Amino acid sequence: MSIDKLVEITDLNFSYNSRPVLRGVNLSVSKGSIVAIMGGSGCGKTTLLRLIGGMIRASSGVVRVDGEEIRGLRREQLYEMRRRMGMLFQFGALFTDLSVFENVAFPMREHTDLPEAMIADLVLMKLNAVGLRGAARLMPSELSGGMSRRVALARAIALDPMLMMYDEPFTGLDPISLGIIGKLIRDLNDALGTTSILVTHDIHESLRIVDYVYFISDGQVVAEGTPDEVRHSTSPFVEQFINGRPDGPVPFHYPAPSFEEDLRLEAVKS
Amino acid sequence: MMSKLFSPVRKLGHAIIDAVLRLGFAARFFVAVIMASGTSFRRFSLVIREIYIEGFMSLIIISVSGLFVGMVLGLQGYNTLQRFGSESALGVLVALSLLRELGPVVAALLFASRAGTAMTAEIGLMKSTEQLVAMDMMAVNPLSRVIAPKFWAGVISMPLLAAIFSAVGIFGGYLIGVRFIGVDAGTFWSQMQAQVDVRTDVLYGVYKSFVFGIVVTVIALFEGFDAPPTAEGVSRATTRTVVISSLAILVLDFVLTAFMLGGN
Repeated sequence: MSIDKLVEITDLNFSYNSRPVLRGVNLSVSKGSIVAIMGGSGCGKTTLLRLIGGMIRASSGVVRVDGEEIRGLRREQLYEMRRRMGMLFQFGALFTDLSVFENVAFPMREHTDLPEAMIADLVLMKLNAVGLRGAARLMPSELSGGMSRRVALARAIALDPMLMMYDEPFTGLDPISLGIIGKLIRDLNDALGTTSILVTHDIHESLRIVDYVYFISDGQVVAEGTPDEVRHSTSPFVEQFINGRPDGPVPFHYPAPSFEEDLRLEAVKS
Repeated sequence: MMSKLFSPVRKLGHAIIDAVLRLGFAARFFVAVIMASGTSFRRFSLVIREIYIEGFMSLIIISVSGLFVGMVLGLQGYNTLQRFGSESALGVLVALSLLRELGPVVAALLFASRAGTAMTAEIGLMKSTEQLVAMDMMAVNPLSRVIAPKFWAGVISMPLLAAIFSAVGIFGGYLIGVRFIGVDAGTFWSQMQAQVDVRTDVLYGVYKSFVFGIVVTVIALFEGFDAPPTAEGVSRATTRTVVISSLAILVLDFVLTAFMLGGN
């Protein structure tokens, strides 16, 4: 394992009910960088994040985080590792029975013995970093989608993680909220010295903020490069993805018998 | 032809296998909850909060139901007893009916409908909105932090609610029997005091409600935890909580009563 790599994935395979989801994935994430993992819906991006977080176990292959193989960790060791990770879920996953303040304070209360006054200060600092100090007393049901994700981001960075994972952070956001989340991801990564993995299919916002991109299709890494390399890529998959073409290496039609066969046109002809 | 003939048998077989599998999962879930209960006792405030939600918030429905059940017992009891000239035994009849059977059983049925469904829906929605996964990713075990406190709150609340149901029910019987019909108050209370045995009547009722508390809470929590993370999945799980809990309460009531009476 290279010393400057925080996450290293080698020959990773994962199947769900004997259906292969990831097939021989190899990728690495350098310390302090933001790496985007892109691909169409259902290509295995979120599964990859869950494998890195140890929420599911790989069929074969190795996932190493900070030099430790995730599959070999016992539950307590895995929890120890997760205390150094933060994850932003697609829709925030805020605890709906807790206020914004209590949501952000949750990891601190669970994992530290800090006095209440210090927790209050830290929570307000985290909320200030995402611009929502004024919303501390609101309940999650009173927040917009963009605000929920910002609160969830404040909660995810509550314990200053070494690795942040973002699962589709831009989905369903208006352009302003999208820009805010994108800027926060970059700024917080740089300010906290964190390493970030961003799973997304929002190509334009991602290329603006990330350092490196992996494209996944059909469970395999099909292209990779820096944002500049991606913009000038001649890979058919990358071209189709960037330009949003409906047909190409990723076919428009789900695999099926021929249309004529389904409509029984051969029988009519004969 | 043959496959059509055997289709109902196959369906029945699948249903039985499915039921046994779920029973096994529920048993493993129960053991896992017990094993994860350390946090509940170290941070008892978590359990207290759940007792407020599950127990205290059920007080109104338990009290009102208990009052009316007691009042009906007073009316029906008096109507039957007066035929044999035994109106003086009204207090005993009301008390024994409530302490031995109606208190634990009806309170458990109401608890399953009110608190059980709320628990299932809450856990199911927490699962479908990724709150449980998020908690797990924060290195906080959802079984310890969310499920176990709810379980112990249910186990503690149920006997208390059954006791309140019985107490209010006896008051309802008193209201109808003594205040409205005119049975002698002294006879009503003294007969009750003389005939109701703490061990065979009161404690057996408490044992029952304790068992019902465990069963209803485990069913409600398991159904929520096991619910498919969709609107339909949560809705089905909530329905199953009421149906399975109600059947379990009634079957267990028979089994426990048979054991208790057999032991006397």
